[in-house]
Amino acid sequence: MAECACNCGEDELTKQLDKIIDPYRGQPGGLIQVLTKSQELIGYLPKWVQVRIAEGLGVSLQEVYGVVTFYAFFSLIPRGRHKLSVCAGTACYVKGMKTLIKSLRDVIGVKPGQTTPDSRFTLEIVRCIGACGLAPAMIVDGKDVHGRIEPEQIPEILEQYA
Amino acid sequence: MINLTIDNQKVAIEEGSTILDAAQIVGAKIPTLCYLKEINVIGACRICMVEVQGARTFVPACVAPVAEGMVVRTNTPSVIKARKLVLELILSDHPMECLTCVRNQNCELQTLAEEFGISEIRFDGAKTEYPIDDSSPALIRDPRKCVLCRRCISVCTNVQTVQALAAENRGFDTLIAPAFNDKLADMECVQCGQCSLVCPTGAIVEKDDVDKVWAALADPKKHVLVQTAPATRVQLGEAVGAEPGSIFTGQMVAGLRRLGFDKVFDTDFTADLTILEEGNELLQRVTQGGTLPMITSCSPGWIKFCEHFYPDLLDHLSTCKSPQQMFGALAKTYYAKKEGVDPADIYSVSIMPCTAKKYECQRPEMFSSGYQDVDVVLTSRELGRMFKQAGLDCSNLPEEEYDAPLGISTGAGEIFGASGGVMEAALRTVYEVVTGQTLESVDFEVCRGLTGVKEATVQVGDLPVKVAITNGLGNARKVLDKIRAGEADYHFIEVMTCPGGCIGGGGSPIPTNTNIRLKRIDATYTEDERMVLRKSHENPAVTALYEEFLEKPLGHKSHKLLHTHYTPRGVNK
Repeated sequence: MAECACNCGEDELTKQLDKIIDPYRGQPGGLIQVLTKSQELIGYLPKWVQVRIAEGLGVSLQEVYGVVTFYAFFSLIPRGRHKLSVCAGTACYVKGMKTLIKSLRDVIGVKPGQTTPDSRFTLEIVRCIGACGLAPAMIVDGKDVHGRIEPEQIPEILEQYA
Repeated sequence: MINLTIDNQKVAIEEGSTILDAAQIVGAKIPTLCYLKEINVIGACRICMVEVQGARTFVPACVAPVAEGMVVRTNTPSVIKARKLVLELILSDHPMECLTCVRNQNCELQTLAEEFGISEIRFDGAKTEYPIDDSSPALIRDPRKCVLCRRCISVCTNVQTVQALAAENRGFDTLIAPAFNDKLADMECVQCGQCSLVCPTGAIVEKDDVDKVWAALADPKKHVLVQTAPATRVQLGEAVGAEPGSIFTGQMVAGLRRLGFDKVFDTDFTADLTILEEGNELLQRVTQGGTLPMITSCSPGWIKFCEHFYPDLLDHLSTCKSPQQMFGALAKTYYAKKEGVDPADIYSVSIMPCTAKKYECQRPEMFSSGYQDVDVVLTSRELGRMFKQAGLDCSNLPEEEYDAPLGISTGAGEIFGASGGVMEAALRTVYEVVTGQTLESVDFEVCRGLTGVKEATVQVGDLPVKVAITNGLGNARKVLDKIRAGEADYHFIEVMTCPGGCIGGGGSPIPTNTNIRLKRIDATYTEDERMVLRKSHENPAVTALYEEFLEKPLGHKSHKLLHTHYTPRGVNK
């Protein structure tokens, strides 16, 4: 039932996935590490990947899926090339994070948790990023911090990420 | 020992105990919701909060360990206020459908709401909306009624080791379900229904087939017959309000007749028949070098478990159908012919302590009479409801006898309902058949009781027969892993899906706990002792069945009607 679009049978991706799983074979405790590395490899965690991990580590698919859906870090859907992480910590929240989200939505056309059809951006909401002095803040691709964002600055910011 | 004070009462209790344990000693009733003794001890719901002197916050009594000199108050106004708040918050996201809920008046959440006098919910927020999963023939999941206590997850994961359910997402969006919200019917859920037995509300319940039975009873063309599983007679009492351990055999027969069943038969009859078929199969395997150990096949949850998780061991399963399905196949062949009834007109109902039986009767292999052998299965809970609907007061019904011939049985058939019972019944017969000697005592005490894995060696003539008995699928797994590793030298293994055996089945009256299981087991052996005949091979109706119809155990007709095959299924398919 692996719903892999890439014909995963003996596919290169599967081999690489197995390399991630191998050191943890039969070790349920390695679940989060394996999921993290697998997502780094594939970009997200589709069902066939979760099934392979469940069988490799000897845990139920239910457990794998429960962990994947518990942590905001893991994604069940393909991610865009650039990740827009809008901070929803207390300071950002009161300084207009909701307006920021709305403005981003107006520009890229997707809701938090979604990816643009051209796979350019994934929009997500994260907990406090520790940049309260810059509220409302957003991190792009986990490294570029943009602070005190005004709605009209958004197109300019996004232009930097093709 | 740890000394503490609870509600001004001094109490001493072993180290490692919880405040909840200690409170029970002094008679302080602390309410619980998610807590399930020995199974789900996670302090999730917070309804058991108590005040501990010097503690910064309230502490959950079900998980908080006792400490020397601890001063606990279980019922201060602020504790009660906090509990009410918890309840209100749970209820604010609960569909208020109590009147139309199958758990009406047998719901732990409803009881708490009543005890705490909740008259209004101050919080009018969002409600979780999830579709009902009624894909399974046995169970219905309605996540809207779920209080996220995780008892079902614990019993499915830790007791049964099936792991069909887990918590998904987080916070308000938390959902207890199979991965990817798969349907219960399409995955490795074994339909055992232990989840439905522990659910405090109506979030997982048996699929109610009572209306189908009423419709059949109302149809004058139908010849409606019923079989009752061994465990049902020690359960029905509870389902209609009697004390656990009550034996309602004769009352159940009388009640079923008053409901309008044309014939009231007994699964105990085909339990006896199972012993003859399975006993001979065992002897054949031992003498002719068949696959050993042989494992019993009466319990449909266990069959599905083996098909999913141990498909490589399916050859170890006895090919015998369960007593329910043997009965179904014979009712529409042997009985139909004997009674001169067209099998097409027979509507075959079975009363079971089991949800998986609902699944079993729909399996494609279970059409050997040319029809669906068993048309519908009602759990003990459903039969209790049917009796209530019909205004039958069980306690005041005169005891009646089962109909012949498919209602004639022995004590050996009766004990099929308790863990170890199938093994004991088999030993009673195998011993006498092999040695030609009469057993001095038919009681094989070593088979009985709630121990998860029981082992014994029984000398049968020259052969020391090594047996194992497991109840609860987690215990079955221990023995199966030994077989896989080549470390099991048993001849015969009895596996029952549910803890305690069928008397603790997923279709049992709620509540079912260790104490109640023990009472039902006692009642089962009391029934056995009351029987004139206590060995399956002495059942005259079974002897007649072979003479008139089947010819011999493992014969051609037996093969066609009473035996089956299994399907390797695997997991995550």
